Amino acid sequence: MILRLFWLALRRLAASLPCLAIIFVTLFFLLQLAPGDAVDAMLSQMGTSDDRLAAALRDQYGLAGPQSARLLAYMGRLAHFDLGQSVQYGKPVLDVILSRVPATLALMTSALLLAFILGSAVGIVAARRVNRWPDTLISTLGLVFYATPSFWFGLMGILLFSVKLGWLPSGGLTDVSANRDGFAFLADVAVHLVLPVTTLALIYFAIYLRIMRASMLEVMTLDFIRTARAKGVRETGVLVRHALRNALLPLVTVLGLQAGAMLGGAVVVEGIFTLPGIGSLALDAVLGRDLNMLLGIVLMSSVLVILVNFVVDLAYARLDPRILAQE
Amino acid sequence: MSSFLLPRRHALLAGGAALLAPTVLTGGARAQETPRRGGVLVAQTFSDLRTLNPAIRTSFAIHVYTSKMVEPLVDLDAEGKPAPRLAVSWESSPDGKTITFGLRKGVQWHDGKPFTSADVQFCAMEMWRKYQNFGTQLHRNLTAVDTPDPHTAVFRYSVPMPLPLLLRAAAELCQVVPRHVYEGTDILNNPANTAPIGTGPFKFVSYVPGQHVIMERNPNYWMEGFPYLDRVVIRCIPDAPAAVAALESGDVMLSVYSSLPRVDYVRLGKDSRFRVGTKGNEANPLFNTIGFNTRRPELADPRVRRAFAHALDLDFYTKNFDYGFSRRAQGPWPSGSTFFVPGVPDYPFDPKKAEALFDEARLKRGTAGPGLRYKGRIMPNTSEGIRQLAVFIQQSMKKVGVQLDMQVMDSPGYNRKVNTEWDFEICTDTGTYRGDPAVGSTIWYRSGIPPGTPWSNQFGWKNEELDRVSDEAATEIDPDKRKALYNRFATIANSEIPVWMALQQLMMSAVNVKVRNDHNMPRWPSSSWHDTWLAS
Repeated sequence: MILRLFWLALRRLAASLPCLAIIFVTLFFLLQLAPGDAVDAMLSQMGTSDDRLAAALRDQYGLAGPQSARLLAYMGRLAHFDLGQSVQYGKPVLDVILSRVPATLALMTSALLLAFILGSAVGIVAARRVNRWPDTLISTLGLVFYATPSFWFGLMGILLFSVKLGWLPSGGLTDVSANRDGFAFLADVAVHLVLPVTTLALIYFAIYLRIMRASMLEVMTLDFIRTARAKGVRETGVLVRHALRNALLPLVTVLGLQAGAMLGGAVVVEGIFTLPGIGSLALDAVLGRDLNMLLGIVLMSSVLVILVNFVVDLAYARLDPRILAQE
Repeated sequence: MSSFLLPRRHALLAGGAALLAPTVLTGGARAQETPRRGGVLVAQTFSDLRTLNPAIRTSFAIHVYTSKMVEPLVDLDAEGKPAPRLAVSWESSPDGKTITFGLRKGVQWHDGKPFTSADVQFCAMEMWRKYQNFGTQLHRNLTAVDTPDPHTAVFRYSVPMPLPLLLRAAAELCQVVPRHVYEGTDILNNPANTAPIGTGPFKFVSYVPGQHVIMERNPNYWMEGFPYLDRVVIRCIPDAPAAVAALESGDVMLSVYSSLPRVDYVRLGKDSRFRVGTKGNEANPLFNTIGFNTRRPELADPRVRRAFAHALDLDFYTKNFDYGFSRRAQGPWPSGSTFFVPGVPDYPFDPKKAEALFDEARLKRGTAGPGLRYKGRIMPNTSEGIRQLAVFIQQSMKKVGVQLDMQVMDSPGYNRKVNTEWDFEICTDTGTYRGDPAVGSTIWYRSGIPPGTPWSNQFGWKNEELDRVSDEAATEIDPDKRKALYNRFATIANSEIPVWMALQQLMMSAVNVKVRNDHNMPRWPSSSWHDTWLAS
């Protein structure tokens, strides 16, 4: 079993390598298409000019040579697991990314969990009361959440809960004016994450609830549910043990597919709530033309998505043992 | 992933002079109140350059953080005159080639070592002159800094250095960091560049790049009894709506350098919890510039450039589109600056005259298509106000038969296209006046600037008299002669307008009313804040 899992993992990894290589080369040249390089970005941010500075900076950051040579050099370094230096930060890319991972991971996992749990629960309720008022209400709300851009929710949340009511902080990961540690620090971070997590979760909540509702409705008509009922299993048992497990499969599929999309959503949410995460780092890297940084982030994200999808595959097997058996 | 490509919604150098703004900052006016000690002041700005060493990089985005920790030789007082900081006296030799600074005694670095003239010497020779943007230009002719004793630094220049120029520039460009930390190291990669050690009223605590800098009270500050605040935190919030929310919720107490959208300044100005205005930002006015690529034969004709200027109703623009935050400028030196002399050539709104000038320059209607005199592109740099101005120009020019296609890019793109490749017809941007024309203003017009130098002569324009006047003025030690030379400069610049300094404005601040003794000098956001305090 363990060995099979290992081989499965290895196969997945091998299959994703060419994909990664294509992403890298495309991204490298795509970014060259954007006019200006990291030094251009830096000079414009400085708001000052100097005739000698630009050339000196380009030398310092190795931005001079031809593109193909730089791509080769980059790929060569990557083969040694070296992501290079960030121009913007003047530090190794890996260090900067690792310092930003916790915030994004906390944001994404919390939002994903929240959306998943609430979405499935509410989806089941809607399916059980199909075409009656709870279902109508839930479906309408779901549509509203799905159709509304997340930044609007974020801004309205800030307006209501921090500006008007003063209950929650308006942004950041911690209260930088206070000096907290231990439990107080964690509590502070949790309070700061309430609004961003809710904002990010709402859209996915809407998606999951609709999938869950549809999937539940479908499963409930299948023969084995009738069999379970005929056996005399109580309604809760039918729902949880028989229906839910099967209805979860499509939801888990979407969950895996959307791990990548969620990283995109994190860019917006991290921007609004000024969270020091990967999303805002990626945006800065694009605006700053920090190629090494951007490629590093893409690598990390790809690894993350591959990992999540691997976990999703494992979850399939757990939910429906037939899947692993067929492999 | 498309969201990666969204333009950042920060109002880079937006804002403006609150000529019509409802309230004005009144920081420092409450003399009867007793300052309260303690408290944490959290301030917000919109950018962070990831370096905190003002001796090798100078920018608002650095000074706003470092000015609390690292001090200049000379700063400005409430009236904008040179005020002693690390230097207490200054004197120029009659030939202007030797400038002697007397340094403050009993000053300690944050690490406990004494501050001496050796520090000044090292910074000047090894950092300002070698690496610092603008410093390399200002100190180009600096040959040596002598240190006859620990509290005297003698700057020797190979050509005369006007004392007022050096003193005014010193507030930004003569920032002193410790020699013992930098000597013998790789200066550009020294760890102290992101963990500064200075002599200022606040000591460095921590820095999270792109997020915040935290500083705490320096108990050994040379100015007895200061600072009042226990801590200063400066947060970088580039997202303008987020910054407004942080200010309104009380998470930050003040927002500097026009980080908020204009419409919010108008709104916050009516809110009794805040003071909004331009006071404390007078030292560095901004221009909205309209530049012409004179390499294009049509635009090489000054009559065509003047025609553009006459076709724009800027008074209408500032009143109706800019909330009155800006106003028409009169020449390359802002009104209110030492070198401003009224009466340089101006271009009042006169569409008939514009059409006549186009005709005179043989750009008749129909030459570039039906009813069109000229077709080209207009490229705005990134900022709230600048893009809006470009749209206004585009629409105004349509009426006189000029079709301008807008090409919008982010700032690195603009820097490459306009400043390096010179691939533009008309460009609009923001230019900062740095207190003296010789620091960053004359290069907008001077010829011989290499490509890739932003905020300089991208326009391919050359005027020998102006080049000569510009060079003479940079080394002229007689203040009256110097002023006359710069007036000549302004007259040439504004009659030829390769670039037109069209609008003038000041940067905006928004402050929670609890903050006291703020904005009490003309470059306050980038000052030490030693006397600032928070009411309970």
